[in-house]
Amino acid sequence: MAAIYVLWLREIKRYVRSKPQMIASLGQPLLYLLVLGFGLGPVFEKAGNGSYLQFVAPGVVGMTLLYTSIFSGVGLLWDRQFGFLKETLVAPVPRIQIMIGRTLGGATVAAIQGTLVLAVCLLAGFRPASFGGLLLGFGLMLLIALVFGALGTAIGSMLQDMQGFQLIMNFLVMPIFFLSGALFPLANLPVVLSVLTKIDPLTYGIDGLRAVLINGAHFGLGLDVLVLAIASVLFLALGARAFSRIQI
Amino acid sequence: MIQVENLVKAFGDLKAVDDVTFTVPKGEIFAFLGPNGAGKTTTIKMLTTLLRPTSGSIRLDGLDPAHKQQECRKRFGIVFQDPSVDGDLTAQENMEIHGILYHVPRKQRVERIERLLKLFELWDRKDTAVKAFSGGMKRRLEIARGFLHTPKILFLDEPTLGLDPQSRNQLWTQVKNLNESEQVTVFLTTHYMEEAEKVAHRIAVIDHGKVVALGTAAELKEKTQTATLEEAFLALTGSSIRDESANSADQLRQFAKMWRR
Repeated sequence: MAAIYVLWLREIKRYVRSKPQMIASLGQPLLYLLVLGFGLGPVFEKAGNGSYLQFVAPGVVGMTLLYTSIFSGVGLLWDRQFGFLKETLVAPVPRIQIMIGRTLGGATVAAIQGTLVLAVCLLAGFRPASFGGLLLGFGLMLLIALVFGALGTAIGSMLQDMQGFQLIMNFLVMPIFFLSGALFPLANLPVVLSVLTKIDPLTYGIDGLRAVLINGAHFGLGLDVLVLAIASVLFLALGARAFSRIQI
Repeated sequence: MIQVENLVKAFGDLKAVDDVTFTVPKGEIFAFLGPNGAGKTTTIKMLTTLLRPTSGSIRLDGLDPAHKQQECRKRFGIVFQDPSVDGDLTAQENMEIHGILYHVPRKQRVERIERLLKLFELWDRKDTAVKAFSGGMKRRLEIARGFLHTPKILFLDEPTLGLDPQSRNQLWTQVKNLNESEQVTVFLTTHYMEEAEKVAHRIAVIDHGKVVALGTAAELKEKTQTATLEEAFLALTGSSIRDESANSADQLRQFAKMWRR
């Protein structure tokens, strides 16, 4: 347990100490929030869907969680060969503990980052439905971060080089984001798109956030949490397996 | 302390390590000398549980690293070719994490961290983030860290690469002292002949994955009828240049540097 704790703590310390990085990673979500939020707002409202800013804010928070946690996992790629992680791979600690400590750390950092973005959303005019919902939102953010932190760990353990990283970005991470319904409502979609959104775990994450933040769920909170829980167990198992097989 | 018999590691058709056999007794400083791509790092990776051998046997303190991984890992410390300290943490924090991962009891941990940081002249900077350290200081920290859990064997993979002569000299003096005071067996690889000659009790010259000669520096010179170890080395390995083509590992290394500031 001590090993899991120190590795978790290490991720938190690194995050807190790299303020420029913290601020830089707010850039992309801000663009989505402000440009899309205000840019598409009038059209969205004319279509009778209410405020687009209200709608897109949970999506932008979900995007932040996705990117931050996947990046933290994929960081394994160089951390294990040229960084600190290599030292942990020869330590007399079961690999599973190292994987859990690092993944939990990455997920916590992603959830903090998501909270920052949520705070910015509030400044931009986003209004959550209730205070209780906001609290539930934090729990949900942790769960989403865990799902994608574990997925990132699995990917980072299996990747061999940077070309692979590009491939993952363009054919996995971007589709996960775009198909998640972060930017558009899930109702009345063409069949193919509807099926694709339903197999994307982030869809349920963002739907869950909408359920607690703006009372606007498509599937309902129960199903969202269930799918996320299953996905996190699945990805954690996958990540643990991949991580224990790392040879350098 | 280290026994290696008929060790082979093949990557596809390429035999990176090809039928290597040697023994290192307790307390010895043993050097692996070889041109780029000779199989030095691959051998260290197999000895330190990071890579599984294709065939052959390894015993570290009587244990097989492939099967008794955790037991073996407690017994050695390692300094990698690429830095593996965390730049965002302080020297003290890097040492602390290592101590916890290696199950060093708190009291002993605190004492040894202080003693080793003082010995390697890093105590004054213990609360500085490691990214502000010079190359030599980072290396010293890694070696101090390698000694923290009182290992029986210390592996050093080209520990002096890129250091100035002062740092190199100081580093080897400290390693030699600890070798004597703590009876640590040291297994090192290096490109620098004079270092191997000055520090190591025995030297193995490795080329194309095979051990081509093994003995004290004097024995190697005598065997090849040469005056210096460098000439002996060239006589044993030839003078053709081994250009390693830039592979994905080099690209990654560059990327890692860029990313890590």
